[in-house]
Amino acid sequence: MIPLLSVCDLRVGFGRNPEANEVVRSVSFDLADGETLAIVGESGSGKSVTALSINRLVDFGGGRITGGSIKLRRTDNSIFDLTTAAEPQLTKIRGAEIGMIFQEPMTSLNPVLTIGTQIEESFRLHRGLTGRQATAAAKDALDRVRIPDAARRLKYTPNQLSGGMLQRVMIAIALACNPRLLIADEPTTALDVTVQAQIMALLAELKRETGMSMIFITHDIGLVAGIADKILVMQGGEAVEQGELNQILDNPQHPYTKHLLHAVPHFASGRATRADGRRESDRSTEPALKVDGLVVRFPVKSGLFGRATGAVHAVDGVDFDLMPGETLAIVGESGSGKSTTARAVLGLVRSTRGTFSARIRKTAAGQGALPVQMVFQNPYASLNPRLSIASILAEPVIANGGHVNAETRAKMTTLLKRVGLPENSLERYPHEFSGGQRQRLCIARALMLNPSVVVLDEAVSALDVSVQARVLELLVDLQREFGLAYLFISHDMAVVERIAHRIAVIYAGQIVEIGDATSVLSQPKHPYTKKLIAAVPTIDRRHERFELDTRQVPSLVRPLGFEPSPAKWDEFGPDHKVRVEA
Amino acid sequence: MNYLMRRLATFPLVLIGVSIVVFVAIRMVPGDSITAMLGTEAGLLTPQQRDALAAYFGIDQPWFIQYWHWLLGLLQGNFGISSTYGKPVLGVILERFPLTLELALLSMIIALVVGMPAGVFAATHNEKLSDLGVRMIAMIGQSTPNFVLALLIIYTLSAGFGVLPAMGEFSPLWQDPLRNLGQLLLPAVTLGFAFAASVTRISRSAMLDVLSDDYVRTARSKGASARSVIWRHALPNALIPVVTLSGIEFGYLLGGAVIVEQIYALPGLGRMVLDAILQRDYALVQGSVLFIALNFMVVNLLVDLTYVALDPRIRLREH
Repeated sequence: MIPLLSVCDLRVGFGRNPEANEVVRSVSFDLADGETLAIVGESGSGKSVTALSINRLVDFGGGRITGGSIKLRRTDNSIFDLTTAAEPQLTKIRGAEIGMIFQEPMTSLNPVLTIGTQIEESFRLHRGLTGRQATAAAKDALDRVRIPDAARRLKYTPNQLSGGMLQRVMIAIALACNPRLLIADEPTTALDVTVQAQIMALLAELKRETGMSMIFITHDIGLVAGIADKILVMQGGEAVEQGELNQILDNPQHPYTKHLLHAVPHFASGRATRADGRRESDRSTEPALKVDGLVVRFPVKSGLFGRATGAVHAVDGVDFDLMPGETLAIVGESGSGKSTTARAVLGLVRSTRGTFSARIRKTAAGQGALPVQMVFQNPYASLNPRLSIASILAEPVIANGGHVNAETRAKMTTLLKRVGLPENSLERYPHEFSGGQRQRLCIARALMLNPSVVVLDEAVSALDVSVQARVLELLVDLQREFGLAYLFISHDMAVVERIAHRIAVIYAGQIVEIGDATSVLSQPKHPYTKKLIAAVPTIDRRHERFELDTRQVPSLVRPLGFEPSPAKWDEFGPDHKVRVEA
Repeated sequence: MNYLMRRLATFPLVLIGVSIVVFVAIRMVPGDSITAMLGTEAGLLTPQQRDALAAYFGIDQPWFIQYWHWLLGLLQGNFGISSTYGKPVLGVILERFPLTLELALLSMIIALVVGMPAGVFAATHNEKLSDLGVRMIAMIGQSTPNFVLALLIIYTLSAGFGVLPAMGEFSPLWQDPLRNLGQLLLPAVTLGFAFAASVTRISRSAMLDVLSDDYVRTARSKGASARSVIWRHALPNALIPVVTLSGIEFGYLLGGAVIVEQIYALPGLGRMVLDAILQRDYALVQGSVLFIALNFMVVNLLVDLTYVALDPRIRLREH
């Protein structure tokens, strides 16, 4: 049997001189009917460029195929080389024979057209359907991706749907004309973990239904265990290893594959939690941070005079304490209130109610230290590109009325060295550093004032997996060295498992489960925690069927004056509390 | 609906603010309407005669008393009497307005019809020779003063083809459409050229931004043709800045185009306002500034409503 797709010695370059600037070098693979190939690699590995070369979208991004062939077996069994095809031929193949879905569902749909129009377009282009026929086909396509109330949703524009819903719409569009090949380029990276599980389940189901082949691109080798037949590992534009799923996962040959499988955090159901710095049972030490009854509400205004008619209960009665040298991870999905909690602790949003107390540490002469500092998610956006590193590090000192003197400079040098950056960094500018280095800079900046608490808001989420692992190690070392307390906000359970001593699971603005990390991860008690943990992909679960769960997060908008009933807690073990649901 | 009501409710407040500023500003300018009216003969007036005249026109009162009288009149639809024309101010303005409105509309149509396709063309041929050509012409268009362009056009037509732009008594569109267009086309081209240049530049850069957006890639992955990607997926998303720019330019044009009106001898709002200022025709200046401010607010409102029609993400909301 001739494979559906046969890529041979593919080379792709960019810029004016693509031959000299190749980002994909000699990649070859075959894909049979109904097979799923996972291409795994970190950013810059060339995995997306490889995928975009298959339907030649790479042309529009300034790329050019400089060598090799991509042979597609068409419906009539003729072989067609995509590398030499002309644009008019390609528009007949794209969408009809090769469908594609992308990483960012929020930006991948046209914001000014209704989703109905956008789905109908595929039918108009490749099936010649118009008017009512096209609408009916679009409705069927939405039904197929399990979007409830499809007929009404057709009239929605993308801004009216959540990210998970939009990704389903994208899948509906990509599969509208029953392509025999679906290219999925990191389709769940931008989504919450439970939504990710839903999308993965949907893709697996549709694949069974239609018998299509799939190329699944991801940075997360754990994610593909559930869906792939074959894995291709890419690094620096080259395919370093490829083979059957089990062979790669159980018996990797190339050092990079081994690194991806072992050095990178994978979720291990509470088996990989930290053994150091556990909370002591006697509560004699004073907590570094104590939060009592934190409430953050945003008014909802409506009517002719914009009176407040309700409030978004973003954070609704959150209590926790944080000991020196301890990490409390706050986990939850987007919109759960975890970032708002962090921002309220820092005073970046005003809390409606509640008290904080943070222990102020005695610092070197004259420096008034702020006890709480923050590291943000996106290291590319959180450093001012016009300031040198020296100015960036001096900023917190100046902002607190300090002066840049010899002592401050000495501190800068020590910290830079400590976070693992070269000594000449001070005179340089943020753009000269990689993502991981920038996040190290952000950490150094947060430490300039000797804080006792550092809030890390998704601080490693934007980084590549292996960079992530190294930054986590650094964070743990710094914690031991300076006795820092971390408030670690994350949606990534694998990362949380590596760094947290304690975990608070937050759902709809309230903590539903809190306690010792091992206990919470290995024996989750609250239904939401169970759902969250079940959704985390691991390399241990292969070809597992996810349950399709389409429940939506409840609305957080409440009428004016609404107060939640006081929480009741069930205790499981010495440090593990679960909220009793009414 | 609510939103529209609220927006309209702000109009009188803005107008009162504008009118106070104009009222005070025009009275701070040295000289007075009596001197302006009588010219050199004003020197022959005795102080008593001058005071009597001032009392007659009511300009001997403090400015806020004058303002109060004017405002009361305004509420009854009375904008006052123009001292230069000896006619009601509103009548004088409305007589001039159709020409100005038509000229502004024509210029905008020319600008959009020429500028948008040019911008789209340049964006889709980014960094190629044709793109550089379009950008060069746009640059010239933006930097040529319109009196130079007007004179060039007139000179070329008369010296090269022996044709003169239609001059003489202005005929409104509804009386003699052909003659009217003959009179307005060249001024509209003059004004539209720079306008088109701005539209070209802004639609080019907006298109360039949009063409690298994710949904354009999605459209391509569906198999949409290059033409459909540009006109159906990209352009509607690139229109917002074009609408913003057009609104602002159109608003200015509604205030009259003094130089172009002067060169083509058109009785538009611009020349009228200039004359009114030179003549210290207080009532006419106040009335026309108010009228121009109202136009601007209406245009802004229309621009905002267009945003909503173009982009479902934009909702009508008070900022």
